[in-house]
Amino acid sequence: MTERMNKVLSRGLLHTFIIFIAILWLVPTIGILITSFRPAQDVASSGWWTVVGNIFNQTQFTLRNYRIVLSRLGIGRAFLNSFTITIPSTIIPLAIALFAAYALAWMRFFARTYIFMIMIALLVVPLQMTFIPILRIFNRSNLAGTFPGIWLAHSGYGLPLAVYMLYNFVSGLPKEIFDSASIDGASTFHIFLRIVLPLSVPIIASLIIFQFLWVWNDLLVALIYLGGTPDVAPITVQISSLVGSYGQDWELLTAAVFISIVPSLLIFFGLQRYFVRGILAGSIKG
Amino acid sequence: MAEVKLKNVTKVFGKVMAVKNFSLDIADGEFIILVGPSGCGKTTTLRAIAGLEEVTSGEIYIGERLVNDVPPKNRDIAMVFQNYALYPHMDVYRNMSFGLRLRKVPKAEIDKVVKRTAELLGIRELLDRKPKELSGGQRQRVALGRAIVRNPKVFLFDEPLSNLDAKLRIAMRAELLALHQRLKTTTIYVTHDQMEAMTMGDRIVVMNEGIIQQADHPQTVYDHPVNRYVAGFIGSPGMNFVECTIAKKNGDLYARSKGMELLLPKDKTKSVEKYVNKEAILGMRPEHISDTQTVKQFEPGTNFKASIWVVEPLGSEKIVHIKNEDDTLVARLDPHVQLKSGDTAEFTVRMDLAHLFDKETEETIF
Repeated sequence: MTERMNKVLSRGLLHTFIIFIAILWLVPTIGILITSFRPAQDVASSGWWTVVGNIFNQTQFTLRNYRIVLSRLGIGRAFLNSFTITIPSTIIPLAIALFAAYALAWMRFFARTYIFMIMIALLVVPLQMTFIPILRIFNRSNLAGTFPGIWLAHSGYGLPLAVYMLYNFVSGLPKEIFDSASIDGASTFHIFLRIVLPLSVPIIASLIIFQFLWVWNDLLVALIYLGGTPDVAPITVQISSLVGSYGQDWELLTAAVFISIVPSLLIFFGLQRYFVRGILAGSIKG
Repeated sequence: MAEVKLKNVTKVFGKVMAVKNFSLDIADGEFIILVGPSGCGKTTTLRAIAGLEEVTSGEIYIGERLVNDVPPKNRDIAMVFQNYALYPHMDVYRNMSFGLRLRKVPKAEIDKVVKRTAELLGIRELLDRKPKELSGGQRQRVALGRAIVRNPKVFLFDEPLSNLDAKLRIAMRAELLALHQRLKTTTIYVTHDQMEAMTMGDRIVVMNEGIIQQADHPQTVYDHPVNRYVAGFIGSPGMNFVECTIAKKNGDLYARSKGMELLLPKDKTKSVEKYVNKEAILGMRPEHISDTQTVKQFEPGTNFKASIWVVEPLGSEKIVHIKNEDDTLVARLDPHVQLKSGDTAEFTVRMDLAHLFDKETEETIF
């Protein structure tokens, strides 16, 4: 009886805590959402929560902020730039990491463990330490301010974690599956393509989410390697310049922020269903 | 279909010699069992035949071909693993057809073979299920089916039944045998279960510490073990061993322990002669020990007294643990025998079926 009580109690506590955290995170987000639809003069004169009482009064909302942000302030262009930066910066490191993880986990070659250890050691190198040397190389090789340059940079920064996580996953796959596949006639590449890759979908999905969000929300790396040129600047850089030059225009800032949140949310909800637990259940008896 | 030959195969892992100088000729269509305790090298031997393990030295032939340097996929073998090793993301049909698809067999042919095999194994209605939706027995059938569709020259089984529950294991044992009689494919089967070994193999190979102890027909191994290890490993309950001294009285030889003096058969005298006044080990199977209530007529000099320690009635027989001085023996008796714990009774041994082992080398004397 007391055990049951304990269980209910601890679960109740946990739920309360989670709900508290969720509200803590949601309130500002809702604030941004509401503000982004309010006219400039309202934003200047009253807080967003004043809307909550009479939320069905349509006259207090407008799409004007979004129209201005998308058409006039270069946010539309920056939005596209962000995609141009983020998609290759997610795919390239993940593809490399997948090959690397498979090789490190299942192929025998010279200095394998040392290579792996060096890669993992790179996880602790602070980003900031790399800026100056890499920027010098980029300047010399005309990569500074170009998309390929930032793809390279993000790939480099993303690789160690991706390799580490994929290695852990891939090396945990049952050995017999590989044996069985190689007897069935699969080459190393076939095993990778038809066994390892499909089985790694859940971990790949989570890594895509991590890397996509990190690159999409990144301001620092983009600012360093791309600079503020509107041709290449991602949305984060443009939003930060909104704060600078339009300090008063809260309604525009919130609209821009909301536009920048949308792809992250889409990626997250789109891939969430691949976090299928127990995809390995049934292959090997535990 | 093909014969398999192993010539002086040795496998060393670091400093551990897993398989030592293993030589064996396996005939075409033979069902051969490698049996031994865990770590005896039986699985390593099997994996070497599969090509999953490179041998340190020695030669492996499948058919006429030396396969030492042939990768597993080109050895024309199929293997079934203890834990099934099904591809979790593929349904049963794709699991079974994986090997054929990789070999670019025409689709219609694959379909025919897979469906026919599924029919044979009784898993036709499971073809579109994923492994996780199957029971242990069904998974094992799928693993079996995946091996059969390839129509390989040799089947390799690595303890395929040990993850199943006892009842299913016995049923699958019979099914595997029936399957082998039908397909007549050379089969090499690894197990640690001596019961499986006895019931399934045309020949069994008893291994210990990487060395073949004995390779022969199951009944021969049972009746004529070459050493104490094999004698103790095969049979359940295991053979009784009693340390004894060989004594000579009036021209007859006796095995004498603290509480027994048993007359050795006259026809064995010649081989035992040189052990007179030396120590040896007497081996008696439980079914060769009887109580004198049941067996009233016995050779003189083959009886002894002992106290009953534990009685295990199994319905079809009674397993009785008896104590004679320092020795504890197990006897397999008639189920209706009236004995209970604490009693003292007289027992007799079929000495013509008993064995004597050298104490030093543990080799069989007779």
